[in-house]
Amino acid sequence: MMRKQQTFSRGLSDKVRKSKAAPEIQKNPFEVKINRKKFDVLGRKSKHDVGLPGVSRSRAIQKRKETLLKEFRLKDKNNKFIDRRFGEYDSKLTPEEKILQRFTLERQRTQDRKDLYNLNEEEELTHYGQSLAEMEKMTDVIDSDSDSEEKGLLSAELTATHFGGGGGLLRKKSAGDDEEEHKPRSRQELIEELIIKSKQEKRERQTQKEEAQELTEKLDQDWRSIQNLLAHKTPKAERKDETDKPKLDQYDMMVRELGFEMKAQPSEKLKSAEELAREERHRLQTLEADRLKRMMGDAEEEAGQTNTHISADDMNDGFMLDGDDRKTLAYKDGKWNIEGEEEEKEEEEDEEGGEEEEDDGDDAEGQDEEEEDEDDEGHCDLQSDEGSEDEDGQSTEEEQECAEEPPAVIEEQKKAVQEAARAELPYTFPAPESYSDLKQLLQDHESEQQCVILDRTLKCHHPSLAAGNKAKLQKLFGFLLEYVGDLATQNPPDLKTVSALIPQICGLCQMFPEAACKAVQTLLSDSGHSMEETLEVKGRAPMPDLDMLVLLKIAALLFPSSDFRHPVMTPAFLYISQALTRCAVVSLEDVCKGLILCCLALEFVSLSQRIFPELLNFLLGLLHLSVSDKHNTGYTVVSPFRRQGKNCDLLVLKDPSVSHSWNRKPISLQTAHRVTAQSPVERDHFRLSLIDSCLDLVKRCTSLYKDLPSYAHIFQPIRALLLKHLPVEGYPAPLQDLHREILDAIPEKPSQHAPLVFKKKKPIPLKLFTPKIVQILDYGKKRGNTKEEKEHERLKHKYKREFKGALREIRKDTRFLAHEKLNDVMSRDAERKRKVKELYGSLATQEGEWKALKRKNRK
Amino acid sequence: MAPSTDSNVKDKNSQVSYKKDINTKTGRILQNKKHSNDIFDVIEYLQSEKDKEIIFATDACRRVFCQLFDRGDLYVGDLPQEEDLMSGDRGAEEKYRIFMRHRYNNCVELLLENMDHEAFQVKEASLCALMKFVAAEGRHPLQNLDLIEHYSFPRELLRTLVEHLLSTKEDMSLLISRFQEFLEMDDVRYYVMSSVRDNIYRVMGRNKKAVIPIYQNNVYTLLSTINVPSQGSKLKHFLVKQAYNPEEWKAAKLKEHKRAFEQMWLQFLKFKLPSSMYKKILVILHESIMPQMSDPSLLIDFLSAAYDIGGAISLLALNGLFILIHKHNLDYPDFYKKLYSLLDPSIFHVKYRARFFHLMNIFLSSTHLPAYLVAAFVKRFARLSLTAPPTALLILLPFVCNLIHRHPSCRVLIHRPSATEEPCDDPYVMEEEDPAQCHALESSLWEIKTLQKHYHPDVAKAAMKINEPLTEQEEDISEILELSTFELMERELKAERKTIPLEFDTATELLKSPREVLGVHFSLD
Repeated sequence: MMRKQQTFSRGLSDKVRKSKAAPEIQKNPFEVKINRKKFDVLGRKSKHDVGLPGVSRSRAIQKRKETLLKEFRLKDKNNKFIDRRFGEYDSKLTPEEKILQRFTLERQRTQDRKDLYNLNEEEELTHYGQSLAEMEKMTDVIDSDSDSEEKGLLSAELTATHFGGGGGLLRKKSAGDDEEEHKPRSRQELIEELIIKSKQEKRERQTQKEEAQELTEKLDQDWRSIQNLLAHKTPKAERKDETDKPKLDQYDMMVRELGFEMKAQPSEKLKSAEELAREERHRLQTLEADRLKRMMGDAEEEAGQTNTHISADDMNDGFMLDGDDRKTLAYKDGKWNIEGEEEEKEEEEDEEGGEEEEDDGDDAEGQDEEEEDEDDEGHCDLQSDEGSEDEDGQSTEEEQECAEEPPAVIEEQKKAVQEAARAELPYTFPAPESYSDLKQLLQDHESEQQCVILDRTLKCHHPSLAAGNKAKLQKLFGFLLEYVGDLATQNPPDLKTVSALIPQICGLCQMFPEAACKAVQTLLSDSGHSMEETLEVKGRAPMPDLDMLVLLKIAALLFPSSDFRHPVMTPAFLYISQALTRCAVVSLEDVCKGLILCCLALEFVSLSQRIFPELLNFLLGLLHLSVSDKHNTGYTVVSPFRRQGKNCDLLVLKDPSVSHSWNRKPISLQTAHRVTAQSPVERDHFRLSLIDSCLDLVKRCTSLYKDLPSYAHIFQPIRALLLKHLPVEGYPAPLQDLHREILDAIPEKPSQHAPLVFKKKKPIPLKLFTPKIVQILDYGKKRGNTKEEKEHERLKHKYKREFKGALREIRKDTRFLAHEKLNDVMSRDAERKRKVKELYGSLATQEGEWKALKRKNRK
Repeated sequence: MAPSTDSNVKDKNSQVSYKKDINTKTGRILQNKKHSNDIFDVIEYLQSEKDKEIIFATDACRRVFCQLFDRGDLYVGDLPQEEDLMSGDRGAEEKYRIFMRHRYNNCVELLLENMDHEAFQVKEASLCALMKFVAAEGRHPLQNLDLIEHYSFPRELLRTLVEHLLSTKEDMSLLISRFQEFLEMDDVRYYVMSSVRDNIYRVMGRNKKAVIPIYQNNVYTLLSTINVPSQGSKLKHFLVKQAYNPEEWKAAKLKEHKRAFEQMWLQFLKFKLPSSMYKKILVILHESIMPQMSDPSLLIDFLSAAYDIGGAISLLALNGLFILIHKHNLDYPDFYKKLYSLLDPSIFHVKYRARFFHLMNIFLSSTHLPAYLVAAFVKRFARLSLTAPPTALLILLPFVCNLIHRHPSCRVLIHRPSATEEPCDDPYVMEEEDPAQCHALESSLWEIKTLQKHYHPDVAKAAMKINEPLTEQEEDISEILELSTFELMERELKAERKTIPLEFDTATELLKSPREVLGVHFSLD
């Protein structure tokens, strides 16, 4: 109230000041008060430089007189009664008209919204003002009969008396009375009689009701005793409990259940294949654009923003790059399937109380895995029954049915085998706590079964199911990598299983990018460190083993290698660089490992087209190994290769004639572990394969780097080697073709380039004195740093000001009231004085008169 | 079980017995001259099969002969033949002394032989015993010396000892490191230095100046342990105290020490060395050899020879040459030309890269160098950078930028605004040996431009710097000189990242990715 007053008064005083009505006041020097300013700020318009205290005070007093004083005067006074009945005081209306009008108004009020669309029933049928429909429900069992009757009775009379209008009642009653007693009674008497009567009736009704209740209770008790006799075996205590409210419970339950029953959820509109494809393409484009941005290194600064698309939800939508029509179709069907699941799941979740956030994650996960499922029909069957903790065979079957496009017969057989295997496996697995646990879990199974085991483990310990699961799965990723490393190092390496485990590893990585990053980083760092140590101690280190090569490959599958800077891939690059420059090549296995590293390096840079000098050096060195005459070379080989010496003829063919029997086929990765070829011919074939790969890599490099300004200089040594030294005549035709293609790709003369100039820069604008901007807040200078602190300060300040203002207003009010009270007292005193004086005067005149009379008498 | 315990017992018995035997015999020899023939038995133990016996016997011999030295029971002067011992008319006392002196000589011979024994303990014991003898002989010289000419020091014994120490057949580095403690003594060091010099002269002369890696390695090990003290006042730590006029003794003069040190090294470096030896020497040359020589400029022959060898050795020789040029006013013609020709792709891969760049930085730090020369270096570095690993590039790129910054006339290499935009050939001639003829100043650093696409983000960023006018300040490259690949990797691993971008193409198989190269060439089985 005070606040309102204040603003109001301020508005008033402003109005006074601005109003043209009182110019003479504004000019009057006795009225005007000038507010002195501390600083004269240029260009600031001050509102309050001149004040009119007299005017504003008078206004305030005026306002108080209008509001506060009135209230004060009306204090402790009763309210007035206002009769708002229609036409009550309108003498022009006849009573009939009045009643009619009132009736229509009543109807209008009740008719307004409730039955607007009620077509068949125009109005609610009533009996004694009670809805017939409601009466039929018979909600109140005990009181229904008597009450409705009595109510009807009473209401008929009472409504007549109370609402029929005074005149009507009078007339009616007087008519009735006329018949009975012929004696007119006053209205007062009539009403009193009526009241007595109604009170009596009420009392009667109450006693009746009580009696009825007592009776029913007695009946109930009687029946209960009889029922005890009727009941046969159940013990008394239990029975009592049950009988308390036996049917109601069940019924309640039913009702509640019905109430909570899910209504059909509006599902998303099914998308057509086209729409899906378009969406997919769009998503792909945005992701690709983002990747390019990161490749350029722009994204480094704005890393904070990029995480939107990387969030697990987003990524887990899942898609295939080469997933065109067929796969898209499959995807669509997958979608069908998922939606059914989603519904089920949501029901469950709702019952539990609903964990909305995780639900989303689940869905996405489900979709993801579902899709993988479609892709990997061949070797492993992923299940995506996320919500259900206990996976049962039924759902499996459902899924299999859902798999569209009848697969080939072999596939079916495979599936049958899988089914059998799956049946043997348990459905839940404990999360491995250590690496040995995991190893034990997986060791004795086929690779496909291992996948299934892993899948089930993942599902049993999905993060949404329990609190500790996240940590468990994060650890599991590390163990899996270790396991993969073990598989790759065992003899012979089990790379098939490694390959089969890739989807699981990918899935885990998508779930926990940080943990995955940490795990890969640790492995890289450890291996790099040990390599560095051996280098320091021995001067040279062996080539990294197959497990590291596989890890690098997996890292490339999990993380984008094209980023300008990436926490995993940049170290991986450096690791390869270290291996390619420092590790000695002393055997065919080393050559093979080096070649694998080269392949990986090329893969890493193939999108970003970054230059990798060590890669080219190494390829040159490898080709150098195949040159038999190592004198007068027109190129220089660098570490780890030497111009000549031991192990410099690793790739020189012992017998050039074997090249006729050579045919191109991929080299097995296992040879990096141990070259199986024993006979000289086989070894020569192996050498040819290596040279073939090497040449092909060189060819890929030439096409990759052909836009670089120093393209010719980079490839000059390789060109010199290929042109003059490589014994290409002894090689099979495909190699000769490759050789020719490479030579064609490398120009003899370096291409021409424009001389370098600095980037054109925008002219730097002149230095200007930009004003220092200080934000002036409600409470003056900056105080508090964070947003919350500032807000808190602001509120504190505001509260203080308001408090002071309110206090001031209250003081003014009390002062005003006290003044008024004093005025009252004074005026009352004055009145009294005046009256006393009058009395004294009259007494004096009386006395005077009396004395005059006396004197006269004396005379 | 039984036989083995028997043998054990026997072993123990024999052990006890030989100790007892030697102990009683030495005791008797020292007590009574009658039992002096027992010395034969003790000496015989020196040739025993068992290491323990030899060691014990060596110890016993040491005790016996040291005692005899102190008693003066060894014959002094020219030793008559043992056969003549009976014939000449000598007193019994004298005979005894001659006899003992012969035994002493026998003993020393055997000890020297034992220095080539395969067991290190035996070698060590022999060495220590011999050094004791050296000390004893010094105190009680066995020759009648002209005191004014010669100070008493058993040079002959030390010479033979050094000869055995510098074996041509086996690596004696362990024993030499044991010997190091005796080299603390100034007189021993002085005489060792002179005997080493003689030894090298003799051995290398005998081998017709061919390379003998083992011998030279031994010599190097010995030489590198010798340190001449920096101040003459410290030369007070002697094995043999000279009674007469110790100040005049050569071994007490720092100048003589330095000269001996210098002559020894020069003698060693005069002959052809294996290339690994060159590296070893050159690594320590500027720190531990040159400051101790009286005239380091004498090393110029060695250094220029090493500089001409090429490769890593040349790089290492640079350091010594630099000191000579810088401190000793050496004039080296065509120094920069040679330096220029040193630059080839291998400089980025050698172990001594940091040292090389440090020196390179110093050599090219002068702002008075001609622009063509600096430009030639810059361009050559740029060309070589196309084959360099990232650690080298991280040194090289700031280095090149610093050079251009130091020599503003070389700025045309990265900024040639006057030229028309038309493309042109690179006028630089890589094969040209002479920096003046290679047309580097007319070229541009397209190589650095290429490196802007390098895979390592820091390298790419460093290369980006040539896109814009260089900053005011030079970058300090001394901190990154020793950077290794692993350190670079660790730096990357430790960096805090907010987000970890993931590959959005979900992989399904190991050898199946959008840009598969590995799968093309390799298969899983």
